[in-house]
Amino acid sequence: MSDPTVPDAPFPQAARVALADSQLRRNLGHATRAIRAKRADAVAELPDWEQLREAGRAIKERAMRHLDTHLLELEAAVTAAGGVVHWARDAQEANRIVGDVIAAHGADQVVKAKSLTTEELGLNEALAARGIHAWETDLAQLIIQLSDDMPSHILVPAIHLNRAQIRELFRRRLDEAAPDLSDDPGELAEVARRHLRRLFLETRVGISGANFAVAETGSVAVVESEGNGRMCTTLPEVLITVMGIEKVIPTWQDLEVYLQLLPRSSTAERMNPYTSLWTGVGEHDGPGEFHLVLVDNGRTNVLADELGRQALHCIRCSACLNACPVYERTGGHAYGSTYPGPIGAILTPLLRGVDEAASLPYASSLCGACYEVCPVKINIPEVLVHLRRRVDKHDPERAAMRALARVFASRRLYEAAQRSGRLGQRPLARSGRITRLPGPLSGWTAARDLRPVAPESFREWWLRERG
Amino acid sequence: MRPRRAALFITCLSDTMYPATGRAVVTLLERLGVAVDFPLQQTCCGQMHFNTGYAAETIPLVRRFVRAFADSEVVVSPSASCVGMVRDAYPRVAALAGDAGLAREVAALAPRVLELTELLVNHLELEDVGAFFPHRVTYHPTCHSLRMLGVGDRPVRLLRAVRGIDLRELPQAAECCGFGGTFAVKNADTSIAMVTDKVRAVLDTGAEVCAAADNSCLMHIGGALTRQRAGVRTLHLAEILAATER
Ligand code: SF4
Repeated sequence: MSDPTVPDAPFPQAARVALADSQLRRNLGHATRAIRAKRADAVAELPDWEQLREAGRAIKERAMRHLDTHLLELEAAVTAAGGVVHWARDAQEANRIVGDVIAAHGADQVVKAKSLTTEELGLNEALAARGIHAWETDLAQLIIQLSDDMPSHILVPAIHLNRAQIRELFRRRLDEAAPDLSDDPGELAEVARRHLRRLFLETRVGISGANFAVAETGSVAVVESEGNGRMCTTLPEVLITVMGIEKVIPTWQDLEVYLQLLPRSSTAERMNPYTSLWTGVGEHDGPGEFHLVLVDNGRTNVLADELGRQALHCIRCSACLNACPVYERTGGHAYGSTYPGPIGAILTPLLRGVDEAASLPYASSLCGACYEVCPVKINIPEVLVHLRRRVDKHDPERAAMRALARVFASRRLYEAAQRSGRLGQRPLARSGRITRLPGPLSGWTAARDLRPVAPESFREWWLRERG
Repeated sequence: MRPRRAALFITCLSDTMYPATGRAVVTLLERLGVAVDFPLQQTCCGQMHFNTGYAAETIPLVRRFVRAFADSEVVVSPSASCVGMVRDAYPRVAALAGDAGLAREVAALAPRVLELTELLVNHLELEDVGAFFPHRVTYHPTCHSLRMLGVGDRPVRLLRAVRGIDLRELPQAAECCGFGGTFAVKNADTSIAMVTDKVRAVLDTGAEVCAAADNSCLMHIGGALTRQRAGVRTLHLAEILAATER
């Protein structure tokens, strides 16, 4: 099975597809601009937003430093509350554990709450190979599943589709859809609702991810907008929650910070509509069996990277995607990973190694919009540059950069280069602009002129006037 | 502290391609009573190397910069991006070099390196610098000036005080123009999509001049403007602030 977090194609190449699709660019531009403005308003309401961000950052930083202790504490608390805790080193192990639990109950289908971690693991495909069908119940995730597409946004996976496209899909794939179904959002949601209700009632095993897990109490939190996630975590007899080990926070009180940061950053809401919290199993209510699968799958490698480890603080709010001018134009698919956008550009190479995703750290203009909005203050530009240092460099770029560094390291060479640049550009410059550059630099002049070297440099003027 | 003297860090780009910006900074500061030095040993701050992942190649450039300006009480530069490099990244370069002496020199120098509008507004406490510029102007706040240095609306306050100016607000102003150094070449298609939108926003204002506090971004926006024969020129903020009625 191919790894859903490893890109097939380099970013510039993958981006070309989206850049050429004007419908996609309109869908994305429209959606990200709207949510950006709403987020800014929601955040502006809180006078202590900056302190909250700092708290969100500090709690995670501390939690990561003592991750081993917190995880053991979590395991003890969940076990005491009647749950079963499993540890999975990688995707294969995690998928096997989940598949075994389902098989032990003789089920051939499961309902799933939206979970990025299970996407990262390729859980649905692994279960399908064992004859188990996993039904996605998050509306957008369902749309993606029905269209055999890939999600393009971590919170709004179908952000790249409009409602006319969704109506066509429902008419094709859902029995509940009437032939004269309109693209009215209410009507579309109603079709999905009838489809999902039937599934919730007839399925015995549910699967979810986790937004947070509280070590001291063993409580797991799932935060969502639709309520379908809560159906998955409460109606089935058996619940399996799959979470990355970085999702643990030390105390119940810490949750308060994130439940303020997350909704405002992700959906621009003051409070998210559904917050489900449970601790082990209850006697009279909810699933009678609860499994918590703690997944590493590369996370301890990230933890070992002192500068990169802040990427594990991510609460998957998607504010950085919405703020990113690159994402706005290329969409999520260009990143070739479960984790798109600015956070994906660092998390994917951190989790899988820079060699597996060497173009992603460069998929940014370092404009800093992501860092500015991140509710847990992940300095994404700093980590991007850090990862760029670890990318294997090749000629001709490497040779050119080294030569240039030598020139800049000497006043004599630098001034000589200014003079020779003036001569060298003569065949290129026409009426005060350079319209065509050779080789790898031709990308610049595809749509932009280059300013030629000035007839007299500033330092020549200075020496003439003041020297 | 009101500096009476400042060393100009021109940046390699402006030195070579935009000397008029440097001349404008000299004119402006001298008019405001600040004497200008120009240490000739300066070359490039190393930003392009560092941001492209060439840290080892950046180290000698950091050493060079720190020595060139060691004796300057205040360093001023017409590039937010290069100032951001010095203040934000130099400490990391020194750490990567494992050179405690360099780290100390960086720590001593970095806070004295100011972007032009920081010097004017924070230190000289000026908004009206006595400029006259009777043209329609729109201002693009560059990413590093906004989000790295946090200069806020200082440049706009300076522009508003210019006599004769017709300042037009730029839609989606805070959005990146798509330059990003080597990004413009490595991800040329995405970069072009970004600058295309920026140019459209500039044209929508009806301005004759697009100004910014960084020539690197202006080189990018300007390159797209001349390619489209848009008839809008780019101009560094310093050149507007230096202009007077004669
Ligand atoms: S990196 Fe920050 S802004 Fe991006 S999804 Fe994670 S928490 Fe949200």
